Amino acid sequence: MIAIVDYGVGNLFSLISSFKYIGADIMVSSDPDEIKKCDKIILPGVGAFEDARRKLSDTGLDKIIIDEAKKGKPIMGICLGMQMLFEKSYEYGEHLGLGLLKGSIVPMQGVIPKELKIPHIGYNPLIFKKESPLFKYIKNGDCVYFVHSYYAADCDDSVIATAEYGRELTAAVECGNIMGCQFHPEKSGEVGLNILRAFCEMGEEK
Amino acid sequence: MITKRIIPCLDVRNGRVVKGTNFEGVKDVSCPVELAKYYSANGADELVFYDITASFEERRLFTEILTKVAENVFIPLTVGGGINTVEDFDRVLKCGADKVSVNSGAIKNPLLIREAAMKYGNQCVVISADIKRVDGQFMVFAKGGRENTGMEAISWIKKCVELGAGEVVVNSIDTDGVKGGFDIELLRLVCEAVNVPVIASGGAGNMQHFVDLFNAIPSIDAGLAASIFHFGEVKIKDLKAELKKNNIRVRL
Repeated sequence: MIAIVDYGVGNLFSLISSFKYIGADIMVSSDPDEIKKCDKIILPGVGAFEDARRKLSDTGLDKIIIDEAKKGKPIMGICLGMQMLFEKSYEYGEHLGLGLLKGSIVPMQGVIPKELKIPHIGYNPLIFKKESPLFKYIKNGDCVYFVHSYYAADCDDSVIATAEYGRELTAAVECGNIMGCQFHPEKSGEVGLNILRAFCEMGEEK
Repeated sequence: MITKRIIPCLDVRNGRVVKGTNFEGVKDVSCPVELAKYYSANGADELVFYDITASFEERRLFTEILTKVAENVFIPLTVGGGINTVEDFDRVLKCGADKVSVNSGAIKNPLLIREAAMKYGNQCVVISADIKRVDGQFMVFAKGGRENTGMEAISWIKKCVELGAGEVVVNSIDTDGVKGGFDIELLRLVCEAVNVPVIASGGAGNMQHFVDLFNAIPSIDAGLAASIFHFGEVKIKDLKAELKKNNIRVRL
């Protein structure tokens, strides 16, 4: 069973639909005990970092996620959910993340060429940096759908794929059981579904 | 680098897609779910649904259809038509829409853009503008292109982006239905004026028109069309192959 953490941020409709579509066993929950019982966790998120981070603390779910991560449970953050796995974010101030991955979230503005539009919206090909079980069913150069204005920096250890937008931006990360996608697998057609499939199958072959 | 998006637009009335022809493997081309699946499987990067219903009862049917589409198609979905309040945003977002396109609703109340952008984020708010040349000036038209609002188009679009619109759909009334190509002159002006994604609409008659569009305006993000896709005159797969041949980046 996969827990999709519901902490009142963003619309979970597409994410839930895509897991159902691939036949995954999911539960949408904000209940710590239920989340603890699941063998994998998805941390979604759309919107502002500070607001989402506060909601995660207010519900106490941040501690649950950190505990479960440290026990080795596979956790995947999506979009803002991925950003929250890092140490810090500099989106409108400076905010602490969950600290499960090394690195920080910084604005694209001033880093990418001025003529490029922000947010970075659209399909962009993945540039693989390392092998990962998440890429079991996809190949280097497959396109995924991005919508973001901030990106993960100083996280060389965990970057498994980037996308080129004026410079190479972190697209996917993995460090042991901690994983994340900056893009939206639930909006990336068959390629995205295949990433979710690979996540669902993790640890099941053994 | 980011790829250029190709977007079919589906007009939905009373739960059915208004235009449509025969597609291989699609039994019912006026069924929005079937058609959406077909487009998604055949290279469409995004889908736009226009709700052209009138009654409350039909609107309920539209949201039911949208839910079914969103449960089966995993590319971005934009919904337009009849969006006048933040409650309208809420209604379609709950059914799985990713972006909401406003046109007349924003003309009546431009602050709707700000209100929706604050609540759902700029990326969610698309301004769609119907534009026509009047005495050599680009003007914004309302009521499906029937009524001149008296507003100059470029300044209107700039204002909408300042209010929080995260994407712009430019429908050229002059080129729409003519199938003589996109309105490059107008689109270039819009692209120079704003720094958010711009989607070209109106005028596509063949594959070369898309090649011309992306070559003439490298900063434009997407091309939208309806009938040429629905009538099978242009197949999206072939179109993407043609774009790639012309060194235009696409998602294959």
